[in-house]
Amino acid sequence: MDAIVASGLTKRYGRGPLAVDGLDFRLPEGTTVGLLGGNGAGKTTTLALLLGLLVPTAGRINVLGHDMAEDRFAALQRMNFSSPYVALPQRLTVAENLRVYGHLYCVPRLEQRIATLAGELDLGPLLGRPVGELSAGQKTRAALAKALINRPDVLLLDEPTASLDPDTADWVRGWLEHYRAESGAAILLASHNMDEVERLCSDVLMLKQGRIVDRGSPEALIARYGREDMEQVFLDIARGRKPARLPA
Amino acid sequence: MRCSARRIWGLLYRHITLYRRSWPRLIELVYWPVLQMCIWGFTAQFISSRMGSPLVMAGGLLLAGVLLWEVALRSQMGVAVSFLEELWSRNLGHVFVSPLRPAEMVAGLIIVSMLRMLAGVLPAIGLAYLLYAFNLFILGPVLVLFFANLMVMGWWVALGVVSLILRHGAGAETLAWAVLFGLTPLSAVFYPVTVLPAAIRPLALALPSTHVFEGMRAIVVHRELLWSEMGWSACLNVAWMAAAIVLFARQFHAARVRGALLSIGE
Repeated sequence: MDAIVASGLTKRYGRGPLAVDGLDFRLPEGTTVGLLGGNGAGKTTTLALLLGLLVPTAGRINVLGHDMAEDRFAALQRMNFSSPYVALPQRLTVAENLRVYGHLYCVPRLEQRIATLAGELDLGPLLGRPVGELSAGQKTRAALAKALINRPDVLLLDEPTASLDPDTADWVRGWLEHYRAESGAAILLASHNMDEVERLCSDVLMLKQGRIVDRGSPEALIARYGREDMEQVFLDIARGRKPARLPA
Repeated sequence: MRCSARRIWGLLYRHITLYRRSWPRLIELVYWPVLQMCIWGFTAQFISSRMGSPLVMAGGLLLAGVLLWEVALRSQMGVAVSFLEELWSRNLGHVFVSPLRPAEMVAGLIIVSMLRMLAGVLPAIGLAYLLYAFNLFILGPVLVLFFANLMVMGWWVALGVVSLILRHGAGAETLAWAVLFGLTPLSAVFYPVTVLPAAIRPLALALPSTHVFEGMRAIVVHRELLWSEMGWSACLNVAWMAAAIVLFARQFHAARVRGALLSIGE
């Protein structure tokens, strides 16, 4: 079953050019799909549309069987989101932040859930510390705990490992793989890190100027462009080079 | 219903925890009401001592006016500043993608505002009694209606301010402090509405606060409770609150269309 179905999704800000131009895609349950593209390609706008932060100019979004135009709060109850560009209140401790969001998402047995997350994400010693005093890696783990507080069936992640050291980034990727496998959640990942995309994503949507210009598994895209890795595929697409082979 | 209450509590818990961890914020809550009360209290004391007993009553009117006006001011700032706290902490994105409904957010902000107002105004009322032997509670049970009407006025003004912040970004945040101060002359806090020029009296009478202060003076001077003034104040509050809700709902939707919830800032 599809967790997200977007059809004809279009967004124009004011009288400017189309930021997102007629996107059609599906995100099946239990998969991780990458949303790739250069700066201004429409990744953040797409995520914001899926989260209901933006009203589409045209098109429809269905999340977990709920039409986002009619019933977005029912879908939001089962979704969550993390981005290094949206902060958690800095003066509140990690535990207090998790309590706030646990209540906002109406999480049952909240203290137990926080304790479980603290164990799984190695947050135990950090629970009593204000978020503002944490390192970048610790903040990322706290943000991940917030994003998982309601055991989301759909998780939207905007550059989840940006500014992390390789060890912490690897740990976060491993944890995301574990969560998807254990929960069957669908994950949509916007990232500029191609190693991350190759490791985590079963499918990739390549965006350019608001349009999907290519899609497929990382392996298929690498083969189609005759390249060795996704980094080179990304550069080919960003620079307008055509694939070496046509899709099967 | 249970989840709705929990979401409102979540927002409330966020602000209570913030204040518990920030003594400058706690001091700020009490600072302005107490400062205003002291300035006007000493002024009233000076006038009364120099000009004799007829003006003792005027001193009481000044103090009652200051303390009641603080109810409206603190209620308005309570809502507007609590919203700004989310903006300053770059947390709005998380709040708006949670299942928290806009009505629940407003309800949460209103409860925070009531707590902030009580934390600021009650110490000022107590100090007015200790310093000047002025007891606001001599106004009687109708004080509850005065408080209620002024709080509601503060809330709808704040909804208007939040709507402007949604429309114009954090550049409009100074309005959180300025708007209600700007309405002070029209609200006839310290003088009867008849003192105002005839041309602007209709504007003054369109404000619920004007009727509260007319009612307050009628009690202090004539020992008379003017239910008509209370009725006008309540009806005007209903009308203004309805208008503010429509404005907020429209600006919230417009912000989702423009993408302002993503980039709200300077």
